[in-house]
Amino acid sequence: MTLRPYAAARRTLSIVEKLYEINWGLVLVIAILASIGIAMQYSVAGGAWSPWADKQTIRFVIGFAVMIVVALVDIRYWMKIAYPAYFIFLALLAAVEVAGHVGLGAQRWISLGLFDLQPSEPMKIAMVLALARFLHGQSVEDVSKPLRLLIPLAMIGVPALLVAIQPNLGTTIIIVLDGASILFLAGLSWWWILPTLGAGAAAVPLAWKFVLHDYQKARVLTFLKPESDSLGAGWNIAQAKIAVGSGGASGKGFLQGTQSRLNFLPEKQTDFILTNFAEEFGFVGCIALLILFGAVIWYGVQTAMSARSQFSRLLAMGITLNFFFYIMINGAMVMGLIPVVGIPMPLISYGGTAMIAVMFGFGLLLSVHVHRQVEIPRHSPGII
Amino acid sequence: MPLFDRKDKSRYASFTRRSLMVSGGMTAVLAVLAGRLYQLQILNGDQYMTQAEDNRVSQRLVFPPRGRIIDRFGVELATNRRNYRVVIVAEQATDGIEAALDAVGKIIELTPHQRERVLHDIAANKKFAPVPIAENLSWEEFARLNLHLPYLPGVQPDVGDTRDYPYGAEISHVLGYVAAASQQDQKGDDDPLLSQPGFRVGKRGIEKQFDAEMRGQAGASRVEVNAYGRIIRELSNVPGRAGSDVYLTIDCQLQRYVEERLGNESAACVVMDVATGDVLALTSTPGYDPNLFNVGISNDQWRTLTSDDHKPLLNKALGGSYPPGSTFKPAMAMAAMDNGLADLQVFCTGSVTLGNHTFHCWKKGGHGHVGLQRGIQASCDVFFYEIARRLGIDRMEAAARALSLGAPTGIELPGEIGGFIPSRAWKLARYGVPWQQGDTLSAGIGQGYVVVTPLQLCTLTARLASGKAVVPRIAHVVGTALQPRPLPAALPFSDKAFAVVRAGLNDVCNTPGGTAYAWRITQPGFEMAGKTGTAQVRRISNEEHLTGVRKNESLPWNLRDHALFYAYAPAAAPRYACVVLIEHGAVGAHPQVQMTRDILLFAQQRDPVRLPTAYPMQAVQSAPETGGT
Repeated sequence: MTLRPYAAARRTLSIVEKLYEINWGLVLVIAILASIGIAMQYSVAGGAWSPWADKQTIRFVIGFAVMIVVALVDIRYWMKIAYPAYFIFLALLAAVEVAGHVGLGAQRWISLGLFDLQPSEPMKIAMVLALARFLHGQSVEDVSKPLRLLIPLAMIGVPALLVAIQPNLGTTIIIVLDGASILFLAGLSWWWILPTLGAGAAAVPLAWKFVLHDYQKARVLTFLKPESDSLGAGWNIAQAKIAVGSGGASGKGFLQGTQSRLNFLPEKQTDFILTNFAEEFGFVGCIALLILFGAVIWYGVQTAMSARSQFSRLLAMGITLNFFFYIMINGAMVMGLIPVVGIPMPLISYGGTAMIAVMFGFGLLLSVHVHRQVEIPRHSPGII
Repeated sequence: MPLFDRKDKSRYASFTRRSLMVSGGMTAVLAVLAGRLYQLQILNGDQYMTQAEDNRVSQRLVFPPRGRIIDRFGVELATNRRNYRVVIVAEQATDGIEAALDAVGKIIELTPHQRERVLHDIAANKKFAPVPIAENLSWEEFARLNLHLPYLPGVQPDVGDTRDYPYGAEISHVLGYVAAASQQDQKGDDDPLLSQPGFRVGKRGIEKQFDAEMRGQAGASRVEVNAYGRIIRELSNVPGRAGSDVYLTIDCQLQRYVEERLGNESAACVVMDVATGDVLALTSTPGYDPNLFNVGISNDQWRTLTSDDHKPLLNKALGGSYPPGSTFKPAMAMAAMDNGLADLQVFCTGSVTLGNHTFHCWKKGGHGHVGLQRGIQASCDVFFYEIARRLGIDRMEAAARALSLGAPTGIELPGEIGGFIPSRAWKLARYGVPWQQGDTLSAGIGQGYVVVTPLQLCTLTARLASGKAVVPRIAHVVGTALQPRPLPAALPFSDKAFAVVRAGLNDVCNTPGGTAYAWRITQPGFEMAGKTGTAQVRRISNEEHLTGVRKNESLPWNLRDHALFYAYAPAAAPRYACVVLIEHGAVGAHPQVQMTRDILLFAQQRDPVRLPTAYPMQAVQSAPETGGT
């Protein structure tokens, strides 16, 4: 790794220099993934741009612009607005409880006049920002101090709780996983981690009894015994597996997938989009897709490791892990490894807020890369 | 305080270490996903491929058109007609089933019974299965519905085939009817068509007899369906085979004339070609409308049919058993002629005593001197008591059986019964007492245990007329196959026996003193020869014999005697045999004789056996002709 001289890092880069510094390899991979997503939207509509592929394209173009703009903004600015952003989206999240639309049985959208917003999507990015901002000021020893630990735990717990009562199990899980992994990366002591994991395992039966909604329990039960309800909820699992499996080694070919075109798959354009890809492009296509996802993650980890401030490192890793958890949960869900939870496949699934939020996240990741030489003192009153 | 200290260095190291751990975890998860994909797509790919194909492709049966039933001159007796109907698809009825039915009910009439059936069928079927709301709509109703379709979500017009019997009840007992296959029909028959909603199978008559031939073979259509079962497109199509047409020996015009002539009586009539046994008309009145069963008969209609004391659902011509009464006597005369009783003379005083039982003649004063020919003409009971006494039951039984009584004739119609001719062995086995001479005397005049069907009597008539063992046949060609038609065998009677008995039958009609003389055919060359009969359905006590037997007119309908008559014509060179039986009809001026007279006259004047038939030429040519005129 070649590091620029300290002085150079202090100097503010010009726009052109910043554009040059952008990791265009990562941008290319993101564009390929988004194109695959658009192609899948085209395919599940029976070979038509309407009603999904056209809108998805527009969203990607907007998201792409957002990503580049975000990448060019100085990382210290993002650090500065981390807390305000966090509180704004927390307020919006609380607002959905009051005024949100009821979609799919859960209150997940809020109308902002021009468009509907799903605040839980940007909330995750804002939380990663805020956690990175807070933990930037904590040494390894500080992180594990009980009283100090309460602050990041509250930063994770409050949005998780708000999302959980929507109810949206999938997003709650991702918020908790995001937050926990950032605490881990910040150096949280194993003395905290291991007992918590143990307590968590012990709490599963209690959560089953008191926390989970009936529909969530039903999903878990159906997952464990899909044949018990082969025409109801088990249908989704069974049909998803059939779609993925029937792709075989090389797939049925683009636009030749029958499972989604004939409506055997639920949520075919959103959460279950991967099944259509698997059906049409087979094992070869799926592995290629995993490699592309892996490349994004690899770039993300590289970016985090090469950044010179703790804020940047935690932010880059947080964004990368957030992206990874989406892939993990959605992939495992459509392949029948875990129960059905409402998590889309980033860049591939249809969905406006998710697309913008993911692209914003990549913008932050690129910003970390562009500003990787920027050093920020642990105690930096100027920023606070 | 420096901007950066050792604490920053240590947390950078910690971050790097833990990032590598996290990266390892992420790699492991991605590897698990890849492994799962390998399992689903490579290891089990074929199995899931099959399941996806099963999802996608659905096999639909295409109903083959059912074979027609056609008379000897090409008249369609049962055919298929376009059925305009309206169906509802539950999954598409976005306003709800009830609302859709309400809307349809404003356009065409819907009974509460129909609505109930639709709701029941929808509950019993899948959501995408079209359920008929109403069938057999008029073109006008159908057009009106089509006009309103845009406002009737889930309601679809449909044109199918339905069985049609243009002559309704007139030929009902020959044709039978079709209806939905029952559980019983599906037993032992693995034709996939049977389990299809809306498919019809033959339930009675020719429809049942030749159901397998007329049904045809289902076509198969492989279609791509979506998850709701709606057809997206047809992938392939295997055409079925249409059912075979069945050509009957029936002459539709004669049949309809007979039907009309029998009127409202509970009666049966069979008209037969005496040379071939071809049944030209076979009637049982009252009939039923076979079209009712096709669309689904209502409970009220079914109750009316089953509670009627005239038994419209029974084909009396071959499913009803009646004592032959005096019509049995010519058979006894045949036996007498060939058993040394040709010259028997009996003096009839009006009764004869056997032990302590008196057997009466129908004529109270008696007939005086009676020989065989006059015995037939006057139907003298005392003469035939003596014949019976001398023949004994064994020879009587043999003669009756030779003349087709006592066993089913084997006509190609379901539901035929065999009638009954008693024997010694039977009585001992059945009642545990030996045969009595009194039984013999009763049997001699066609009473007691003897029962026959009108079809058997008609066959007997044809055998007496032709001297051959003709067997009744009603189906001539099925598809392209000529039905078996063996040459009639010889009968075990002498020519002299036939000559004398025929002379007696001629005298019945054409000589003064004959029981049917008053209602003979007077047109020269068309004369008939036959035998009257009255079958008692109640026991007449000795006291009643003394005070005078009650007139049938004074009895309730169901206690009156059955009236029978059979005849062949022309008497000199017979071509047609006819039998008429009127249940409880022995009142007034022998109505059964008058009917037979009119029917035989009509038959001779029309002369269907000499008219060119319209059977398919191919069938007649390809199969060897083994009999017939």
